Amino acid sequence: MTLDHRSNSFFVRRGLLAALAGAPWLPALAQFRVEVSGVGMTQLPIALPTFRGQSASPQPISEIVRADLERSGRFRALGDERDMDETTRPDFSAWRGRRADALAAGSVATADSGRWRVRFRLWDIVKERDLGGQGYLVPEADLRLAAHRIADYIYEQLTGEQGVFSTRLAYVTKSGSRYTLWVADADGENAQAALSSNESIISPSWSPDGAYLAYVSFEARKPVVYVHQVATGQRRLVANFKGSNSAPAWSPDGRHLAVTLSRDGGSQLYIIGADGSGLRRLTQSQSIDTEPRFSPNGKDLYFVSDRGGGPQVYRMSVQGGGAQRVTYDGNYNVSPSISPDGRWMAYISRKSGRFGLHVMELASGKATAITDTRDDEHPSFAPNSRLIVYATREGAERVLMTTTIDGKIKARLAGHGRDIREPSWGPFQR
Amino acid sequence: MRKRFFVLAVVAAALAACSSAGVDPSIEDGASATTGSGQSTVTQVQAGDGESDRMGPASVGRTIYFDFDSFVVKPEYEPIVEGHARFLRSHPDRNVALEGNTDERGSREYNLALGQKRSEAVRRAMRLAGASDSQMEAVSFGEENPAAYGSTEEDYAQNRRVEIRYR
Repeated sequence: MTLDHRSNSFFVRRGLLAALAGAPWLPALAQFRVEVSGVGMTQLPIALPTFRGQSASPQPISEIVRADLERSGRFRALGDERDMDETTRPDFSAWRGRRADALAAGSVATADSGRWRVRFRLWDIVKERDLGGQGYLVPEADLRLAAHRIADYIYEQLTGEQGVFSTRLAYVTKSGSRYTLWVADADGENAQAALSSNESIISPSWSPDGAYLAYVSFEARKPVVYVHQVATGQRRLVANFKGSNSAPAWSPDGRHLAVTLSRDGGSQLYIIGADGSGLRRLTQSQSIDTEPRFSPNGKDLYFVSDRGGGPQVYRMSVQGGGAQRVTYDGNYNVSPSISPDGRWMAYISRKSGRFGLHVMELASGKATAITDTRDDEHPSFAPNSRLIVYATREGAERVLMTTTIDGKIKARLAGHGRDIREPSWGPFQR
Repeated sequence: MRKRFFVLAVVAAALAACSSAGVDPSIEDGASATTGSGQSTVTQVQAGDGESDRMGPASVGRTIYFDFDSFVVKPEYEPIVEGHARFLRSHPDRNVALEGNTDERGSREYNLALGQKRSEAVRRAMRLAGASDSQMEAVSFGEENPAAYGSTEEDYAQNRRVEIRYR
Protein backbone atom coordinates (compact mmCIF):
# COMPACT_ATOMS: atom_id res chain seq x y z
CA MET A 1 0.00 0.00 0.00
CA THR A 2 1.37 3.38 -0.90
CA LEU A 3 0.74 6.69 0.74
CA ASP A 4 -0.72 9.39 -1.42
CA HIS A 5 1.59 12.37 -1.52
CA ARG A 6 0.29 14.38 -4.37
CA SER A 7 0.63 17.76 -5.90
CA ASN A 8 -1.51 20.07 -3.92
CA SER A 9 -2.77 22.53 -6.49
CA PHE A 10 -3.58 19.89 -9.08
CA PHE A 11 -5.67 17.93 -6.67
CA VAL A 12 -7.44 20.94 -5.29
CA ARG A 13 -8.52 21.69 -8.82
CA ARG A 14 -9.45 18.11 -9.53
CA GLY A 15 -11.38 17.86 -6.31
CA LEU A 16 -13.41 20.90 -7.17
CA LEU A 17 -14.15 19.62 -10.64
CA ALA A 18 -15.17 16.26 -9.26
CA ALA A 19 -17.45 17.90 -6.77
CA LEU A 20 -19.10 19.88 -9.54
CA ALA A 21 -19.53 16.77 -11.64
CA GLY A 22 -20.89 14.91 -8.63
CA ALA A 23 -23.58 17.55 -8.48
CA PRO A 24 -24.70 17.84 -4.89
CA TRP A 25 -23.90 21.50 -5.64
CA LEU A 26 -27.11 22.13 -7.51
CA PRO A 27 -27.67 25.75 -6.67
CA ALA A 28 -30.48 27.55 -4.92
CA LEU A 29 -34.01 26.15 -4.87
CA ALA A 30 -33.23 22.47 -4.39
CA GLN A 31 -31.14 23.31 -1.38
CA PHE A 32 -33.76 24.54 1.02
CA ARG A 33 -35.83 21.53 1.68
CA VAL A 34 -35.48 21.71 5.42
CA GLU A 35 -38.18 19.18 5.98
CA VAL A 36 -39.03 20.05 9.50
CA SER A 37 -41.44 17.64 11.06
CA GLY A 38 -42.79 17.90 14.57
CA VAL A 39 -43.26 20.94 16.74
CA GLY A 40 -40.83 22.26 19.29
CA MET A 41 -42.11 23.70 22.52
CA THR A 42 -40.55 27.14 22.51
CA GLN A 43 -39.44 28.50 19.18
CA LEU A 44 -38.29 32.06 18.99
CA PRO A 45 -39.90 33.91 16.08
CA ILE A 46 -37.28 35.75 14.05
CA ALA A 47 -37.83 37.91 10.97
CA LEU A 48 -35.30 37.38 8.18
CA PRO A 49 -35.97 39.84 5.35
CA THR A 50 -34.23 38.89 2.12
CA PHE A 51 -30.78 40.45 2.16
CA ARG A 52 -30.36 43.48 -0.05
CA GLY A 53 -28.57 42.47 -3.25
CA GLN A 54 -29.29 38.79 -2.72
CA SER A 55 -30.91 38.27 -6.12
CA ALA A 56 -27.52 38.96 -7.72
CA SER A 57 -25.67 36.68 -5.31
CA PRO A 58 -24.84 33.06 -6.23
CA GLN A 59 -26.06 32.01 -2.78
CA PRO A 60 -29.40 32.99 -1.19
CA ILE A 61 -27.87 34.11 2.08
CA SER A 62 -30.99 34.81 4.11
CA GLU A 63 -32.54 31.49 3.10
CA ILE A 64 -29.45 29.57 4.20
CA VAL A 65 -29.62 31.39 7.54
CA ARG A 66 -33.30 30.63 7.82
CA ALA A 67 -32.86 26.93 7.07
CA ASP A 68 -30.04 26.67 9.62
CA LEU A 69 -32.05 28.33 12.37
CA GLU A 70 -35.15 26.25 11.71
CA ARG A 71 -33.20 22.99 11.68
CA SER A 72 -31.98 23.78 15.20
CA GLY A 73 -35.53 23.55 16.49
CA ARG A 74 -35.06 26.77 18.46
CA PHE A 75 -36.43 29.25 15.90
CA ARG A 76 -39.40 29.88 13.72
CA ALA A 77 -38.45 32.12 10.81
CA LEU A 78 -40.71 34.77 9.33
CA GLY A 79 -39.76 35.44 5.72
CA ASP A 80 -40.17 38.90 4.32
CA GLU A 81 -39.44 40.77 1.12
CA ARG A 82 -39.15 44.11 2.88
CA ASP A 83 -36.46 46.37 1.48
CA MET A 84 -34.01 46.78 4.31
CA ASP A 85 -30.41 45.98 5.23
CA GLU A 86 -27.97 46.26 8.12
CA THR A 87 -28.14 50.05 8.05
CA THR A 88 -31.91 50.22 8.40
CA ARG A 89 -33.35 50.92 11.83
CA PRO A 90 -36.39 48.63 12.19
CA ASP A 91 -39.90 49.87 12.93
CA PHE A 92 -40.11 48.00 16.24
CA SER A 93 -43.82 48.38 16.88
CA ALA A 94 -44.66 47.19 13.37
CA TRP A 95 -42.46 44.10 13.81
CA ARG A 96 -44.00 43.42 17.21
CA GLY A 97 -47.36 43.55 15.49
CA ARG A 98 -46.10 40.78 13.21
CA ARG A 99 -45.06 38.81 16.29
CA ALA A 100 -41.34 38.88 15.59
CA ASP A 101 -39.14 38.78 18.68
CA ALA A 102 -35.93 39.32 16.72
CA LEU A 103 -34.90 40.54 13.29
CA ALA A 104 -31.75 40.12 11.22
CA ALA A 105 -31.27 42.23 8.11
CA GLY A 106 -28.29 42.53 5.84
CA SER A 107 -26.82 42.87 2.40
CA VAL A 108 -24.61 41.06 -0.06
CA ALA A 109 -22.61 42.81 -2.76
CA THR A 110 -19.59 42.28 -4.98
CA ALA A 111 -16.27 43.64 -3.79
CA ASP A 112 -12.80 43.77 -5.31
CA SER A 113 -10.88 40.75 -6.67
CA GLY A 114 -14.02 38.70 -7.28
CA ARG A 115 -14.89 38.69 -3.63
CA TRP A 116 -18.21 39.32 -1.96
CA ARG A 117 -19.09 41.51 0.97
CA VAL A 118 -21.78 40.21 3.33
CA ARG A 119 -23.02 42.31 6.25
CA PHE A 120 -25.86 41.99 8.67
CA ARG A 121 -27.24 43.31 11.94
CA LEU A 122 -29.36 41.56 14.56
CA TRP A 123 -32.09 43.32 16.54
CA ASP A 124 -34.04 42.41 19.66
CA ILE A 125 -37.49 43.61 18.66
CA VAL A 126 -39.04 43.17 22.11
CA LYS A 127 -36.39 45.19 23.95
CA GLU A 128 -35.71 47.46 20.96
CA ARG A 129 -32.00 46.69 21.21
CA ASP A 130 -29.23 46.48 18.65
CA LEU A 131 -27.55 43.07 19.17
CA GLY A 132 -24.61 43.83 16.90
CA GLY A 133 -23.60 42.58 13.51
CA GLN A 134 -20.79 41.25 11.41
CA GLY A 135 -19.18 41.83 8.05
CA TYR A 136 -17.40 39.33 5.86
CA LEU A 137 -15.26 39.76 2.78
CA VAL A 138 -15.08 36.36 1.15
CA PRO A 139 -14.38 34.53 -2.10
CA GLU A 140 -17.47 33.15 -3.77
CA ALA A 141 -16.77 29.66 -2.47
CA ASP A 142 -17.17 30.96 1.08
CA LEU A 143 -20.53 32.69 0.65
CA ARG A 144 -22.35 29.75 2.17
CA LEU A 145 -19.91 29.73 5.05
CA ALA A 146 -20.63 33.43 5.61
CA ALA A 147 -24.34 32.58 5.83
CA HIS A 148 -23.62 29.77 8.31
CA ARG A 149 -21.52 32.20 10.37
CA ILE A 150 -24.43 34.60 10.45
CA ALA A 151 -26.71 31.81 11.68
CA ASP A 152 -24.15 30.92 14.36
CA TYR A 153 -24.01 34.57 15.50
CA ILE A 154 -27.79 34.82 15.74
CA TYR A 155 -28.06 31.46 17.51
CA GLU A 156 -25.42 32.42 20.04
CA GLN A 157 -26.84 35.87 20.74
CA LEU A 158 -30.37 34.59 21.22
CA THR A 159 -29.81 31.23 22.95
CA GLY A 160 -26.54 31.82 24.79
CA GLU A 161 -25.11 28.63 23.27
CA GLN A 162 -22.59 28.01 20.54
CA GLY A 163 -24.07 27.33 17.10
CA VAL A 164 -22.96 24.45 14.87
CA PHE A 165 -23.98 25.79 11.46
CA SER A 166 -20.44 26.53 10.28
CA THR A 167 -19.20 23.05 11.19
CA ARG A 168 -18.77 20.25 8.66
CA LEU A 169 -20.18 16.80 8.05
CA ALA A 170 -18.53 13.78 6.48
CA TYR A 171 -20.62 11.08 4.88
CA VAL A 172 -20.40 8.32 2.28
CA THR A 173 -22.47 7.87 -0.87
CA LYS A 174 -22.80 4.88 -3.11
CA SER A 175 -23.60 5.47 -6.77
CA GLY A 176 -23.60 2.38 -8.94
CA SER A 177 -20.50 0.53 -7.76
CA ARG A 178 -18.74 3.78 -6.81
CA TYR A 179 -18.23 4.85 -3.21
CA THR A 180 -17.38 8.45 -2.33
CA LEU A 181 -16.45 10.02 0.98
CA TRP A 182 -17.72 13.61 1.09
CA VAL A 183 -17.03 16.59 3.27
CA ALA A 184 -19.98 18.98 3.36
CA ASP A 185 -21.40 21.91 5.25
CA ALA A 186 -23.50 21.07 8.32
CA ASP A 187 -26.65 21.38 6.17
CA GLY A 188 -25.32 18.68 3.82
CA GLU A 189 -24.66 21.21 1.04
CA ASN A 190 -21.45 22.28 -0.64
CA ALA A 191 -20.18 18.69 -0.65
CA GLN A 192 -16.64 18.07 -1.84
CA ALA A 193 -15.24 14.62 -2.55
CA ALA A 194 -12.38 13.56 -0.30
CA LEU A 195 -12.03 9.97 -1.51
CA SER A 196 -13.58 7.80 -4.17
CA SER A 197 -13.21 4.06 -4.43
CA ASN A 198 -14.60 0.95 -6.08
CA GLU A 199 -14.92 -0.66 -2.66
CA SER A 200 -16.90 0.41 0.36
CA ILE A 201 -15.86 3.12 2.82
CA ILE A 202 -17.37 3.10 6.32
CA SER A 203 -17.06 4.67 9.76
CA PRO A 204 -15.62 8.12 8.97
CA SER A 205 -14.63 9.94 12.14
CA TRP A 206 -13.37 13.54 12.49
CA SER A 207 -10.22 14.30 14.44
CA PRO A 208 -10.90 16.71 17.32
CA ASP A 209 -9.16 19.54 15.42
CA GLY A 210 -11.27 18.98 12.29
CA ALA A 211 -8.23 18.53 10.04
CA TYR A 212 -8.30 14.73 9.61
CA LEU A 213 -10.77 11.97 8.96
CA ALA A 214 -10.16 8.42 10.10
CA TYR A 215 -12.17 5.78 8.23
CA VAL A 216 -12.33 2.17 7.16
CA SER A 217 -11.62 1.47 3.49
CA PHE A 218 -12.06 -1.87 1.73
CA GLU A 219 -10.00 -0.82 -1.30
CA ALA A 220 -7.39 -3.53 -0.59
CA ARG A 221 -10.16 -6.18 -0.40
CA LYS A 222 -10.05 -6.15 3.37
CA PRO A 223 -10.95 -3.50 5.93
CA VAL A 224 -8.06 -1.24 6.90
CA VAL A 225 -8.00 2.07 8.80
CA TYR A 226 -6.70 5.26 7.23
CA VAL A 227 -6.11 8.72 8.67
CA HIS A 228 -6.67 11.25 5.89
CA GLN A 229 -5.73 14.92 5.98
CA VAL A 230 -8.77 16.56 4.42
CA ALA A 231 -7.17 19.70 2.97
CA THR A 232 -4.21 17.98 1.26
CA GLY A 233 -5.57 14.50 0.59
CA GLN A 234 -2.49 12.96 2.21
CA ARG A 235 -3.38 9.78 3.97
CA ARG A 236 -1.67 7.30 6.23
CA LEU A 237 -2.49 3.65 6.71
CA VAL A 238 -2.63 3.43 10.51
CA ALA A 239 -4.06 -0.07 10.98
CA ASN A 240 -3.37 -2.76 8.40
CA PHE A 241 -2.81 -5.85 10.50
CA LYS A 242 -3.61 -9.39 9.47
CA GLY A 243 -7.39 -9.83 9.55
CA SER A 244 -9.90 -6.99 9.79
CA ASN A 245 -9.14 -3.45 10.95
CA SER A 246 -12.09 -1.20 11.67
CA ALA A 247 -14.17 1.17 13.84
CA PRO A 248 -11.70 4.04 14.40
CA ALA A 249 -12.55 6.52 17.18
CA TRP A 250 -10.38 9.50 18.12
CA SER A 251 -9.27 10.19 21.66
CA PRO A 252 -10.31 13.73 22.71
CA ASP A 253 -6.68 14.91 22.58
CA GLY A 254 -6.37 13.68 18.98
CA ARG A 255 -3.29 11.60 19.74
CA HIS A 256 -4.78 8.12 19.73
CA LEU A 257 -7.39 6.02 18.01
CA ALA A 258 -9.41 3.22 19.49
CA VAL A 259 -9.83 0.55 16.80
CA THR A 260 -11.26 -2.94 16.40
CA LEU A 261 -8.74 -5.51 15.17
CA SER A 262 -8.95 -9.25 14.57
CA ARG A 263 -5.18 -9.79 14.38
CA ASP A 264 -5.18 -11.95 17.52
CA GLY A 265 -8.47 -13.70 16.71
CA GLY A 266 -11.97 -12.36 17.28
CA SER A 267 -12.88 -8.67 17.08
CA GLN A 268 -11.17 -6.93 19.98
CA LEU A 269 -10.46 -3.34 21.02
CA TYR A 270 -7.00 -1.78 20.77
CA ILE A 271 -5.53 1.69 21.21
CA ILE A 272 -3.07 2.89 18.58
CA GLY A 273 -1.27 6.19 18.01
CA ALA A 274 -2.83 8.42 15.34
CA ASP A 275 0.47 7.91 13.46
CA GLY A 276 0.12 4.12 13.69
CA SER A 277 2.60 3.70 16.53
CA GLY A 278 2.29 2.06 19.95
CA LEU A 279 -0.37 -0.62 19.58
CA ARG A 280 -1.96 -1.68 22.90
CA ARG A 281 -4.64 -4.33 23.31
CA LEU A 282 -7.54 -3.20 25.49
CA THR A 283 -10.04 -6.05 25.70
CA GLN A 284 -9.35 -9.76 26.22
CA SER A 285 -12.64 -11.49 25.64
CA GLN A 286 -14.02 -14.44 23.75
CA SER A 287 -16.79 -12.18 22.41
CA ILE A 288 -17.16 -9.44 19.82
CA ASP A 289 -15.99 -6.05 21.14
CA THR A 290 -16.36 -3.18 18.66
CA GLU A 291 -17.71 0.34 17.96
CA PRO A 292 -15.58 2.08 20.60
CA ARG A 293 -16.27 5.73 21.52
CA PHE A 294 -14.24 7.78 23.99
CA SER A 295 -15.99 9.61 26.78
CA PRO A 296 -15.41 13.39 26.45
CA ASN A 297 -12.86 13.36 29.29
CA GLY A 298 -10.89 10.65 27.48
CA LYS A 299 -10.91 8.31 30.48
CA ASP A 300 -13.54 5.79 29.44
CA LEU A 301 -14.53 3.91 26.33
CA TYR A 302 -18.09 3.05 25.43
CA PHE A 303 -18.29 0.05 23.11
CA VAL A 304 -20.54 -2.69 21.83
CA SER A 305 -20.06 -6.27 22.97
CA ASP A 306 -22.03 -9.49 22.67
CA ARG A 307 -20.44 -10.91 25.84
CA GLY A 308 -23.90 -11.18 27.40
CA GLY A 309 -25.50 -12.81 24.36
CA GLY A 310 -26.82 -10.11 22.01
CA PRO A 311 -24.95 -6.86 21.35
CA GLN A 312 -25.16 -4.28 24.16
CA VAL A 313 -23.30 -1.07 24.99
CA TYR A 314 -20.69 -1.32 27.76
CA ARG A 315 -18.28 1.14 29.33
CA MET A 316 -14.74 0.50 30.52
CA SER A 317 -11.64 2.47 31.50
CA VAL A 318 -9.12 3.13 28.72
CA GLN A 319 -6.60 1.70 31.18
CA GLY A 320 -8.37 -1.65 30.82
CA GLY A 321 -10.13 -3.73 33.46
CA GLY A 322 -13.76 -4.63 33.83
CA ALA A 323 -16.69 -3.31 31.86
CA GLN A 324 -20.07 -2.05 33.09
CA ARG A 325 -23.13 -2.69 31.01
CA VAL A 326 -24.87 0.53 29.90
CA THR A 327 -27.89 -0.65 27.87
CA TYR A 328 -30.39 -3.19 29.19
CA ASP A 329 -33.63 -2.70 27.31
CA GLY A 330 -33.92 -4.99 24.29
CA ASN A 331 -31.49 -7.58 22.91
CA TYR A 332 -29.76 -5.51 20.18
CA ASN A 333 -28.25 -2.11 21.11
CA VAL A 334 -25.43 -0.83 18.92
CA SER A 335 -23.59 2.21 17.44
CA PRO A 336 -23.21 4.50 20.47
CA SER A 337 -22.41 8.19 20.02
CA ILE A 338 -21.60 10.18 23.17
CA SER A 339 -22.58 13.86 23.31
CA PRO A 340 -19.57 16.18 23.72
CA ASP A 341 -21.01 17.43 27.04
CA GLY A 342 -21.06 13.84 28.30
CA ARG A 343 -24.75 13.90 29.22
CA TRP A 344 -26.29 11.84 26.42
CA MET A 345 -25.73 8.71 24.42
CA ALA A 346 -27.42 8.21 21.05
CA TYR A 347 -27.58 4.60 19.84
CA ILE A 348 -29.57 2.22 17.67
CA SER A 349 -31.90 -0.25 19.30
CA ARG A 350 -33.75 -3.07 17.59
CA LYS A 351 -37.33 -3.47 18.78
CA SER A 352 -39.75 -5.81 16.97
CA GLY A 353 -37.52 -5.90 13.89
CA ARG A 354 -37.25 -2.09 13.75
CA PHE A 355 -33.85 -0.41 14.09
CA GLY A 356 -34.60 2.91 15.79
CA LEU A 357 -32.53 5.84 17.06
CA HIS A 358 -32.65 6.18 20.85
CA VAL A 359 -31.19 8.74 23.22
CA MET A 360 -30.19 7.81 26.76
CA GLU A 361 -29.55 10.29 29.56
CA LEU A 362 -26.38 8.70 30.91
CA ALA A 363 -26.81 9.89 34.50
CA SER A 364 -30.23 8.30 34.91
CA GLY A 365 -30.06 5.54 32.30
CA LYS A 366 -33.43 6.74 31.00
CA ALA A 367 -33.74 5.99 27.26
CA THR A 368 -36.19 7.42 24.75
CA ALA A 369 -37.01 6.37 21.20
CA ILE A 370 -36.88 9.55 19.12
CA THR A 371 -37.81 8.29 15.64
CA ASP A 372 -40.50 6.11 14.09
CA THR A 373 -38.41 5.01 11.12
CA ARG A 374 -37.27 1.39 10.65
CA ASP A 375 -33.68 1.49 9.46
CA ASP A 376 -31.83 4.12 11.47
CA GLU A 377 -28.03 3.86 11.50
CA HIS A 378 -24.85 5.50 12.69
CA PRO A 379 -25.87 8.48 14.87
CA SER A 380 -23.32 11.26 15.43
CA PHE A 381 -23.67 14.19 17.83
CA ALA A 382 -23.22 17.81 16.82
CA PRO A 383 -20.41 19.52 18.77
CA ASN A 384 -22.92 21.55 20.83
CA SER A 385 -24.67 18.33 21.97
CA ARG A 386 -28.03 19.71 20.75
CA LEU A 387 -28.47 17.89 17.44
CA ILE A 388 -27.80 14.41 16.11
CA VAL A 389 -27.21 13.44 12.49
CA TYR A 390 -28.10 9.88 11.49
CA ALA A 391 -28.76 7.76 8.42
CA THR A 392 -32.11 6.20 7.70
CA ARG A 393 -34.30 5.00 4.86
CA GLU A 394 -37.14 6.81 3.14
CA GLY A 395 -38.73 4.37 0.74
CA ALA A 396 -35.91 3.00 -1.38
CA GLU A 397 -33.55 5.90 -0.60
CA ARG A 398 -30.96 6.05 2.10
CA VAL A 399 -30.96 9.58 3.48
CA LEU A 400 -29.43 11.68 6.24
CA MET A 401 -31.54 13.36 8.89
CA THR A 402 -30.83 15.69 11.75
CA THR A 403 -32.90 15.65 14.89
CA THR A 404 -33.01 17.55 18.14
CA ILE A 405 -32.17 15.27 21.06
CA ASP A 406 -35.82 15.20 22.13
CA GLY A 407 -36.78 14.07 18.61
CA LYS A 408 -39.22 16.93 18.14
CA ILE A 409 -37.58 18.67 15.17
CA LYS A 410 -36.19 16.60 12.33
CA ALA A 411 -34.85 17.76 9.00
CA ARG A 412 -33.76 15.79 5.96
CA LEU A 413 -30.40 16.97 4.71
CA ALA A 414 -29.53 17.76 1.14
CA GLY A 415 -28.29 15.15 -1.30
CA HIS A 416 -31.51 13.67 -2.60
CA GLY A 417 -31.78 10.67 -4.92
CA ARG A 418 -28.65 9.07 -3.59
CA ASP A 419 -27.61 6.34 -1.32
CA ILE A 420 -26.18 8.33 1.59
CA ARG A 421 -24.82 6.77 4.77
CA GLU A 422 -22.27 6.90 7.58
CA PRO A 423 -22.59 10.55 8.69
CA SER A 424 -20.03 12.03 11.08
CA TRP A 425 -20.44 15.52 12.53
CA GLY A 426 -17.20 17.48 12.74
CA PRO A 427 -15.98 19.65 15.61
CA PHE A 428 -16.38 23.39 16.08
CA GLN A 429 -14.20 25.23 13.57
CA ARG A 430 -11.66 27.54 15.10
CA MET B 1 -2.43 22.21 7.40
CA ARG B 2 -5.82 23.56 6.74
CA LYS B 3 -5.80 27.29 6.50
CA ARG B 4 -8.40 29.56 7.86
CA PHE B 5 -9.10 31.89 5.00
CA PHE B 6 -12.08 33.16 6.79
CA VAL B 7 -11.32 36.07 9.00
CA LEU B 8 -14.20 37.92 10.46
CA ALA B 9 -14.64 41.13 12.28
CA VAL B 10 -17.24 41.14 14.95
CA VAL B 11 -18.56 44.50 15.82
CA ALA B 12 -17.68 44.97 19.43
CA ALA B 13 -20.51 44.75 21.82
CA ALA B 14 -20.63 48.30 22.91
CA LEU B 15 -24.17 47.87 21.80
CA ALA B 16 -25.82 47.05 25.07
CA ALA B 17 -25.54 50.72 25.96
CA CYS B 18 -26.56 52.36 22.73
CA SER B 19 -29.88 50.61 22.49
CA SER B 20 -32.22 53.37 21.50
CA ALA B 21 -29.67 55.33 19.50
CA GLY B 22 -29.48 55.11 15.73
CA VAL B 23 -27.87 52.32 13.83
CA ASP B 24 -24.31 51.69 14.78
CA PRO B 25 -22.44 52.41 11.54
CA SER B 26 -19.31 50.57 12.54
CA ILE B 27 -19.67 47.18 10.84
CA GLU B 28 -16.28 46.40 9.39
CA ASP B 29 -15.33 43.73 6.96
CA GLY B 30 -12.89 41.03 7.88
CA ALA B 31 -9.87 40.73 5.64
CA SER B 32 -9.69 37.71 3.45
CA ALA B 33 -6.30 36.20 2.83
CA THR B 34 -7.05 34.63 -0.48
CA THR B 35 -8.85 34.90 -3.74
CA GLY B 36 -8.69 31.17 -4.10
CA SER B 37 -11.21 28.46 -3.63
CA GLY B 38 -12.33 29.36 -0.16
CA GLN B 39 -11.63 28.03 3.29
CA SER B 40 -13.25 24.68 2.99
CA THR B 41 -10.63 23.13 0.77
CA VAL B 42 -10.94 19.41 0.27
CA THR B 43 -8.50 17.50 -1.89
CA GLN B 44 -9.85 14.40 -3.53
CA VAL B 45 -8.04 11.10 -3.54
CA GLN B 46 -8.69 8.16 -5.81
CA ALA B 47 -8.35 4.79 -4.12
CA GLY B 48 -6.55 2.00 -5.96
CA ASP B 49 -8.10 -1.34 -6.73
CA GLY B 50 -7.73 -4.43 -4.61
CA GLU B 51 -6.10 -7.65 -5.60
CA SER B 52 -7.95 -9.91 -7.96
CA ASP B 53 -9.04 -13.49 -7.42
CA ARG B 54 -6.46 -15.98 -8.66
CA MET B 55 -6.81 -19.62 -9.53
CA GLY B 56 -7.48 -22.11 -6.77
CA PRO B 57 -8.38 -25.82 -6.92
CA ALA B 58 -10.55 -26.74 -9.89
CA SER B 59 -14.11 -27.87 -9.29
CA VAL B 60 -14.15 -27.08 -5.59
CA GLY B 61 -16.82 -24.63 -4.41
CA ARG B 62 -15.77 -21.21 -3.17
CA THR B 63 -18.69 -20.21 -0.99
CA ILE B 64 -19.88 -21.46 2.39
CA TYR B 65 -23.32 -20.35 3.55
CA PHE B 66 -24.47 -19.86 7.14
CA ASP B 67 -27.79 -19.98 8.94
CA PHE B 68 -29.27 -16.84 10.45
CA ASP B 69 -27.26 -15.64 13.46
CA SER B 70 -25.00 -18.68 13.10
CA PHE B 71 -21.23 -19.12 12.81
CA VAL B 72 -21.16 -22.88 12.46
CA VAL B 73 -19.69 -24.43 9.31
CA LYS B 74 -22.35 -26.96 8.41
CA PRO B 75 -21.32 -30.58 7.60
CA GLU B 76 -22.49 -30.21 3.99
CA TYR B 77 -19.52 -27.85 3.40
CA GLU B 78 -16.88 -30.34 4.54
CA PRO B 79 -15.93 -31.22 0.92
CA ILE B 80 -15.25 -27.54 0.20
CA VAL B 81 -13.19 -27.09 3.36
CA GLU B 82 -11.20 -30.25 2.67
CA GLY B 83 -10.71 -29.42 -1.00
CA HIS B 84 -9.13 -26.06 -0.22
CA ALA B 85 -7.11 -27.41 2.71
CA ARG B 86 -5.67 -30.09 0.42
CA PHE B 87 -4.84 -27.51 -2.25
CA LEU B 88 -3.07 -25.27 0.28
CA ARG B 89 -1.08 -28.19 1.64
CA SER B 90 0.12 -29.08 -1.83
CA HIS B 91 0.74 -25.43 -2.79
CA PRO B 92 2.62 -23.94 0.18
CA ASP B 93 3.39 -20.82 -1.90
CA ARG B 94 -0.29 -19.97 -2.32
CA ASN B 95 -2.35 -17.81 0.05
CA VAL B 96 -6.05 -17.53 0.55
CA ALA B 97 -8.38 -14.88 1.92
CA LEU B 98 -11.50 -16.02 3.73
CA GLU B 99 -14.00 -13.22 3.31
CA GLY B 100 -16.87 -13.17 5.82
CA ASN B 101 -20.17 -11.54 4.89
CA THR B 102 -23.50 -10.82 6.56
CA ASP B 103 -26.90 -9.60 5.53
CA GLU B 104 -27.63 -5.89 5.65
CA ARG B 105 -29.67 -5.68 8.83
CA GLY B 106 -28.20 -3.71 11.72
CA SER B 107 -24.96 -1.88 12.41
CA ARG B 108 -22.28 -1.96 9.70
CA GLU B 109 -19.46 -2.29 12.22
CA TYR B 110 -21.21 -4.96 14.24
CA ASN B 111 -21.91 -6.83 11.00
CA LEU B 112 -18.23 -6.53 10.15
CA ALA B 113 -17.46 -8.30 13.44
CA LEU B 114 -20.12 -10.96 12.73
CA GLY B 115 -18.61 -11.60 9.27
CA GLN B 116 -15.23 -11.92 10.93
CA LYS B 117 -16.65 -14.58 13.23
CA ARG B 118 -17.78 -16.53 10.15
CA SER B 119 -14.45 -16.23 8.34
CA GLU B 120 -12.60 -17.35 11.47
CA ALA B 121 -14.92 -20.35 11.79
CA VAL B 122 -13.93 -21.36 8.25
CA ARG B 123 -10.26 -20.77 9.05
CA ARG B 124 -10.50 -23.09 12.06
CA ALA B 125 -12.22 -25.74 9.96
CA MET B 126 -9.53 -25.45 7.27
CA ARG B 127 -6.80 -25.68 9.90
CA LEU B 128 -8.38 -28.83 11.31
CA ALA B 129 -8.34 -30.16 7.76
CA GLY B 130 -4.62 -29.55 7.62
CA ALA B 131 -4.19 -26.07 6.10
CA SER B 132 -1.56 -23.82 7.60
CA ASP B 133 -2.61 -20.58 9.34
CA SER B 134 0.25 -18.80 7.62
CA GLN B 135 -1.44 -19.35 4.24
CA MET B 136 -4.82 -18.06 5.37
CA GLU B 137 -6.17 -14.63 6.27
CA ALA B 138 -9.66 -14.39 7.75
CA VAL B 139 -11.18 -10.97 6.95
CA SER B 140 -14.66 -9.52 6.84
CA PHE B 141 -16.71 -7.35 4.54
CA GLY B 142 -19.66 -7.27 6.93
CA GLU B 143 -22.67 -6.13 4.91
CA GLU B 144 -20.57 -4.17 2.39
CA ASN B 145 -20.28 -6.80 -0.33
CA PRO B 146 -23.69 -8.44 -0.76
CA ALA B 147 -24.17 -11.27 -3.27
CA ALA B 148 -27.87 -10.41 -3.50
CA TYR B 149 -29.22 -6.88 -3.21
CA GLY B 150 -32.83 -7.51 -2.26
CA SER B 151 -34.37 -7.56 1.19
CA THR B 152 -36.10 -10.93 1.16
CA GLU B 153 -35.16 -13.87 3.36
CA GLU B 154 -33.64 -15.58 0.28
CA ASP B 155 -31.46 -12.53 -0.41
CA TYR B 156 -30.32 -12.42 3.19
CA ALA B 157 -29.48 -16.14 3.08
CA GLN B 158 -27.37 -15.57 -0.08
CA ASN B 159 -25.41 -12.90 1.79
CA ARG B 160 -24.63 -14.85 4.98
CA ARG B 161 -21.51 -16.48 3.59
CA VAL B 162 -17.75 -16.84 3.49
CA GLU B 163 -16.05 -16.54 0.12
CA ILE B 164 -12.71 -18.24 -0.45
CA ARG B 165 -10.40 -16.15 -2.63
CA TYR B 166 -6.87 -16.95 -3.77
CA ARG B 167 -4.30 -14.21 -3.90
